Amino acid sequence: MSKILIRGAKVLGGEPQDVLIDGETIAAVGTDLDAGGAEVVEADGKVLLPGLVDLHTHLREPGREDSETVLTGTRAAASGGYTAVFAMANTFPVADTAGVVEQVYRLGRDHGYCDVQPIGAVTVGLEGKKLAELGAMHESAAGVTVFSDDGKCVDDAVIMRRALEYVKAFGGVVAQHAQEPRLTEGAQMNEGVVSAELGLGGWPAVAEESVIARDVLLAEHVGSRVHICHLSTAGSVEIVRWAKSRGIDVTAEVTPHHLLLTEEMVRTYNPVYKVNPPLRTERDVHALREALADGTIDIVATDHAPHPHEDKDCEWAAAAMGMVGLETALSVVQATMVETGLLDWAGVADRMSAKPARIGGARGHGRPVSVGEPANLTLVDTAYRGQVDPAGFASRSRNTPYEGRELPGRVTHTWLRGKATLVDGKLT
Amino acid sequence: MQRHLISAADLTRDDAVLILDTAEEMARVADRPIKKLPTLRGRTIVNLFFEDSTRTRISFEAAEKRLSADVINFTAKGSSVSKGESLKDTAQTLEAMGVDAVVIRHGASGAPYRLANSGWIDAAVINAGDGTHQHPTQALLDAFTMRRRLVGRDAGLGQDLSGKRITLVGDVLHSRVARSNVDLLHTLGAEVTLVAPPTLVPVGVGTWPCEVSYDLDSTLPKSDAVMMLRVQRERMNAAFFPTEREYSRRYGLDGDRMARMPEHAIVMHPGPMVRGMEITAEVADSDRCTVVEQVANGVSIRMAVLYLLLGGNEPAVTHARTTEEK
Ligand SMILES: [Zn+2]
Repeated sequence: MSKILIRGAKVLGGEPQDVLIDGETIAAVGTDLDAGGAEVVEADGKVLLPGLVDLHTHLREPGREDSETVLTGTRAAASGGYTAVFAMANTFPVADTAGVVEQVYRLGRDHGYCDVQPIGAVTVGLEGKKLAELGAMHESAAGVTVFSDDGKCVDDAVIMRRALEYVKAFGGVVAQHAQEPRLTEGAQMNEGVVSAELGLGGWPAVAEESVIARDVLLAEHVGSRVHICHLSTAGSVEIVRWAKSRGIDVTAEVTPHHLLLTEEMVRTYNPVYKVNPPLRTERDVHALREALADGTIDIVATDHAPHPHEDKDCEWAAAAMGMVGLETALSVVQATMVETGLLDWAGVADRMSAKPARIGGARGHGRPVSVGEPANLTLVDTAYRGQVDPAGFASRSRNTPYEGRELPGRVTHTWLRGKATLVDGKLT
Repeated sequence: MQRHLISAADLTRDDAVLILDTAEEMARVADRPIKKLPTLRGRTIVNLFFEDSTRTRISFEAAEKRLSADVINFTAKGSSVSKGESLKDTAQTLEAMGVDAVVIRHGASGAPYRLANSGWIDAAVINAGDGTHQHPTQALLDAFTMRRRLVGRDAGLGQDLSGKRITLVGDVLHSRVARSNVDLLHTLGAEVTLVAPPTLVPVGVGTWPCEVSYDLDSTLPKSDAVMMLRVQRERMNAAFFPTEREYSRRYGLDGDRMARMPEHAIVMHPGPMVRGMEITAEVADSDRCTVVEQVANGVSIRMAVLYLLLGGNEPAVTHARTTEEK
């Protein structure tokens, strides 16, 4: 295996250091390291982070390969600085059996751009009625530990309780898409001032908050671990904060778009802003940023949701929900959290790598940048400023809300176990 | 004036008064033996209806024909159109045909806005009702009817509705008519009160330029016009109110309630009326009820809007008359 010397990188945003990769691991960290025949990457002024980990990615394969495949999705991930992604179960067929999760897992391994850790469905066919074979998925080669019906809420309280209890046997976690279905019938956007004006069906904050409240109480009752997907309201933050203060084993994620965008964008009726949960208010955005900073929200997860052009180039009500996010996540976090002084780069490493890896049990990811650790690394040019151009995306889909928007930061290099997947901003 | 008419909120006071004044001129055409102006001769207007509304379509069609436009009616409902992208496909077909204006009715809020702003089409877009969002020509014809009744047909020219107190009663939540009226009536200087059970008022109504009341009886004596909104019977099954009887007891307009209104006050309804639940026959058939006038005024207003969007910027009166005299 080859040796790589990353010279002068600000490790986790700290003082410049050299990092030597030997084979799959970090061999040395220090100043003035001898290149000794290693390939040298000049990283002057750039920030070196542990490879990012996304706990919430939609790769669309199997079933919707026109939107994304494991290959295109993991290439997008590598472009965005990720070394591991958790692939949501709402594929066709649904990832509710050992066979499907193993297939997705193997595709990730074979392509080699990024580790793909499949998420198993909680219920058969995401139908919310019957538990999927959670144990079999865990025991498969994919070793599933995270289960979610994402896209749909596990709204039956008994099924949710049973799932929470059942996965305790193997240290699993249920990731809930919190959306009370009756309260969100016909929902098109956040319910409030703007929905009232635009005449679009409202998705009230309470539909998210009531499910989170129920689920943290269930987790407490049965002594289980629950993870809240894409938390989006100030009220949800309050509930999670309360639950944590009570000692309930709950973790939560926020998406980059909920840290930056508000429901005001919906006034354009441009479906690129149509996402579930919907974009909320300015007040929610600030509550989410603060909660991510103080640790109430544990991690940033992209909810990368690729859709083909025709599913967005239509009227709002007919459009698909979701945005791509893998290739812009770090830039949005830099803009909303780092440049606002809410989080330093060590904090970013914690929220986008260490904690998501720990929640999902991704071994070898989210590790410190130190000797003996797997060389899963991301190098970021934080001084970069530029407009987002979806034409350059590795993702098969282009449904980004940031087209033409100036965002800071650019991932220049990504290494997966010592192998470069991205060099000078270009995929290998 | 803007190039499109998507929302009543897009109209300035002067735009709105110009449309109302122009509509007065257009109304005179209806009194002539030959009810036709050559103004839009050679122009093609498409009535693109994704949702059934015979009344609105016929009103636009009459307006278009009185202005001598070539009219194409396209009813998407029931055809192969079912997926969302059909709006774009249809738009591009119309664009290829060189259409000058599209009058669009659509079940999805924002569809006309998308049509006007997505670069799919070059034509002027007139919103003839979208989802639960807007129905600007309805609001204009309502304002026109109010101005005629409350200010006067000739005295009203150049005037707005300053100081007039207008009450809208019923299903505000699902009503594009309510949204359009609140915007336009506020622009025209009127004081608007919405009356409905709390379940039929949208969350977020607090920012609207109007008052909200749950009590019809206390609002009636201070109303110059009371507009009853349509309440669909299905709403009952969705638990918006307990029973039809309870709804009409609290929010229906009957003879007793009408008697509490000031002498000069009028009763309006966008139609079609559901007699019994929201309005009794006694009220509907009284001479204070303007439903029939509203229909006639709808044609004048739509002529005015089409004329101003497509014909030019000079007042329709002079322009129309000179063209006619030639
Ligand atoms: Zn979700």
